[in-house]
Amino acid sequence: MPISENIEQNRKFTRRLVLLMGVKGLALGGLIARMYQLQVSDSERYTTLAEENRINTRLLLPIRGQIYDRHGRRVAVDKEDYRVVMVAEKTGNVQRALDRLAGIVELSREQREKVLREVRRRRRFLPVTITGNLTWEEVAQMEVNAPDLPGVLTERGYTRLYPYGELVSHLVGYVGPVTEREQKDDPDRLLKIPEFRIGKQGLEKTYDRRLRGRGGTQRVEINASGRVQRELGRKEGRPGDDIHMTIDMELQQAALEAIRPHRAGSVVVMDIHTGDVLVMASTPGYDPNLFIPGLRPKTWRALQTNRLGPLLNKSVSGQYAPGSTFKMLVALAGLESGAINADSGFICPGVFQLGRANFHCWKEGGHGHVALRDAIKQSCDVYFYELALRLGIDRIAETARKLGIGVPTGIDLPAEKLGIMPTKAWKRGYFRDKRNKAWFRGETVIAGIGQGYVLATPLQLAVMTARLANGGYAVTPRLVAEQPAGFRTGYRQASAKFRSLGFREANLKLIADAMTAVTNEAGGTAFWTRIAEKGMEMAGKTGTSQVRRITAAERARGIVKNEDLPWHRRDHALFVAYAPLDTPRFACSVIVEHGGGGSRVAAPVAREILLKTQKRYSGTAERAGLDLDLLRRGPGALRGRRTR
Amino acid sequence: MRTMNLAEERTSVLRRLGLVNWGLTLSVCFAAAVGFVLLYSAAGGEFFPWAAAQMGRFGVALLVMIVTAMIPPRIWYRLAYWMWGLSVLLLLAAEFGGVEGGGAERWIALGPFRLQPSEVMKIALVLVLARYFHAVRFEHVRRIRTLVPPLLLLVIPAALVLKQPDLGTTVILIAVAGIIFFLSGVRWWKFALVGVAVAAAVPLIWTYGLQTYQKKRLLTFLDPSSDPLGAGFHITQAKIALGSGGVFGKGFLNGTQIHLNFVPEMHTDFILAVLAEEFGLVGALGLLAIYGLILFHLLASAMRTKTQFGRLVAAGIGFTFFLYAFINLAMVLGLLPVVGVPLPLVSYGGTSMLTLMFGFGLAMSVAQAGDTADEPLTED
Repeated sequence: MPISENIEQNRKFTRRLVLLMGVKGLALGGLIARMYQLQVSDSERYTTLAEENRINTRLLLPIRGQIYDRHGRRVAVDKEDYRVVMVAEKTGNVQRALDRLAGIVELSREQREKVLREVRRRRRFLPVTITGNLTWEEVAQMEVNAPDLPGVLTERGYTRLYPYGELVSHLVGYVGPVTEREQKDDPDRLLKIPEFRIGKQGLEKTYDRRLRGRGGTQRVEINASGRVQRELGRKEGRPGDDIHMTIDMELQQAALEAIRPHRAGSVVVMDIHTGDVLVMASTPGYDPNLFIPGLRPKTWRALQTNRLGPLLNKSVSGQYAPGSTFKMLVALAGLESGAINADSGFICPGVFQLGRANFHCWKEGGHGHVALRDAIKQSCDVYFYELALRLGIDRIAETARKLGIGVPTGIDLPAEKLGIMPTKAWKRGYFRDKRNKAWFRGETVIAGIGQGYVLATPLQLAVMTARLANGGYAVTPRLVAEQPAGFRTGYRQASAKFRSLGFREANLKLIADAMTAVTNEAGGTAFWTRIAEKGMEMAGKTGTSQVRRITAAERARGIVKNEDLPWHRRDHALFVAYAPLDTPRFACSVIVEHGGGGSRVAAPVAREILLKTQKRYSGTAERAGLDLDLLRRGPGALRGRRTR
Repeated sequence: MRTMNLAEERTSVLRRLGLVNWGLTLSVCFAAAVGFVLLYSAAGGEFFPWAAAQMGRFGVALLVMIVTAMIPPRIWYRLAYWMWGLSVLLLLAAEFGGVEGGGAERWIALGPFRLQPSEVMKIALVLVLARYFHAVRFEHVRRIRTLVPPLLLLVIPAALVLKQPDLGTTVILIAVAGIIFFLSGVRWWKFALVGVAVAAAVPLIWTYGLQTYQKKRLLTFLDPSSDPLGAGFHITQAKIALGSGGVFGKGFLNGTQIHLNFVPEMHTDFILAVLAEEFGLVGALGLLAIYGLILFHLLASAMRTKTQFGRLVAAGIGFTFFLYAFINLAMVLGLLPVVGVPLPLVSYGGTSMLTLMFGFGLAMSVAQAGDTADEPLTED
């Protein structure tokens, strides 16, 4: 090869190599610039991203507070249980795993579909709960079969348990999964935890925020697949506060047993000084435990369509015409306004005529000349037709509101109904049709015996009775004691707390005296269901409220007996009472839906439960060192002087 | 020379050891040491499974490099075509009887070793093209006819590698061949012509030449956010690892992205992420400096070498090494699509390290030709 060629080749090689090295230098410069950009200019952003990758803050579910009755019995508890969860990522074929699992634990079609939905929705490394409440046998079976079920784990958790079941269904309510709407209304981050359960009904709902506690946080380092590597830090949350109910489970059970023979009804017993509700029973009920794993649609439909309303807490949500139990209220309004005094009398011929309308007394033939005491004792209707008309509806309503009818009692339960205490203004606002807006005198007349538009809840009737019996103080019912086991301390605090309603003492005594006559004197409507035990006698008032209208034609034919009517057209039986007579402490209201006569059906229930209550708590007030004079300020004390 | 006695033979061995480029060898050891450290870290502070194996392989590769360097260049000159032919056979064997690994490269099991024929081909191609252009008269390089045989030497293996399918290696083969053509004096306009032709063929390659996953990778590269949990995840997480490393890094064994498995393939293709996260920009620039040193040695020896064969081999190996490094770095830095090219001398893997160091040995060997008059390539 010629030298010149060699030299040229050499030179060209060198030239081109240098050129390539330049290109290469540029390329390296580009790489370095990029490194600078990533590692210096944007470093902060990437550092944040790396931390977000690495650190996951998890909320720790606090244990929900427990609910106790007034004697420390556990009514709602968080119970440890075992559940099956699945990490879809590890399981692989979810369908097949579920098939296999169905051989070990019970799995309904709905459950399976729910799991499949959840698996699709959530990230594949997050556990999805398949089923809960495993028996020990199932847990053992799961352990044995673990190798065949990759990604399926048994996990320990807590579920709500209501040991008293149906006894407390309406009071305590139940918890359930958070709905989208609840999540929107409540910013608490706990609601975002899938396992979190929120109070849906009853006290679980009212006191949810106190019961739920505060979630702790756990900062964990996770790897790329989301699995926890180690804990970096933990801030403990606070378990939910316990709630102490004023309810006495023993009495609650007794009340339910007493009323259960009747198809539907309610019993309320409350302390007239503190407002402590000792019994709030509504029947039929339901087992709140059914709601915990999620109610089957069939069960739910059955509960909802049941005509007896098992889901309804009749004590606060049932509204009934108070019937004759309303008469003390009308009488008090009359005394307070001066429209009547104790001796004012009316003639009862058995029927009261207003224009062309006839208003009948329950007693055919009438009571003759009656004054206040006998009018209540024998429950004369005509007396109260006359009195109501003399008073006018608005004056009755004024007293009714003071005694708690038609206004919220302030009970700490959701879904309290207000009842209706009609007034002229109320009727104008209530009806659309112009013809219906005017108030008729006949409407005042039937309101006088607690019929017509008047509606009250059983709790309102108990409150009314309590306020009549405690000397006219605006006692408010409550289901939760501020201080645990607060019968002693709660007593004192509460007595002083309530304001006076401004009734004259003498008038209250007159009412008390009349109520005493109802149950303790021959001829009283509930004389046959009196309490005979010395010192525990009750004062009460019967009520029988019509749910149908008795036409003149029907009356002529002879009124059909309640027993011969279809159940849903029979009268409601009511009874309100307080006891004991001298130093009243407990007020009670009983309603038996379509039960017939108040004296025959409702009064025995009240007698039984008031007697039990007094036996349980007899002497407790003295033992607690309570100011008995304070208690004696009640109307019963004066009665002794009056009869002297 | 044909009548060398034993004593002469021995002095010859010592003399030849002196011919080994020790500066280059030292630089290579530095690079490999960086690899050991990173593999130790990637395994969570363990020698197993990667660092220890890599050390063993490096020992073997070092031996191969030194022995290769000591073998006279004329032997390599003679073996060039044979090696190319063998590589093609291996590629064919891999195509029909090889085992697929990781969805892309194919390898042949040779006892305990896995041999990737495409790696061997990179060196063989440099060797065969260097020999071809050495033998061609310089003025004939201008003729198109002269370029037909080397083009065939390139196209046959490139097609086989593309079919594997290994896009990264194909690109490297074509680029290295182009560089050798360029250094041999092939005229500018021919490169321009090829460039235009390739540009025109891009739609065709897109439609017929690429596998679905390759297309997806390219698309993901153009817009990583389109697939944040799939292929884009690799790129994004590698970038986060790099960026969060900052200037000085999080410290040895403290890389969170690495140790929590956010970065995929962290012991092979994405090992730069380990370096950059734990040792920061400083560490990355340090590795670049070592690479620069290696390149400097290779290209300097290419300049010094007098024979066309020698300097083409040295420059070819140098640029092969450079392309490896550049493509990998650019890929991890998010400048190129993910093509599956290891970081030379650092990534876990035997074949690439062995072939690359065999190439370095070749470069050292051929550098002797021209330094000493008694090492003619041909015996004419």
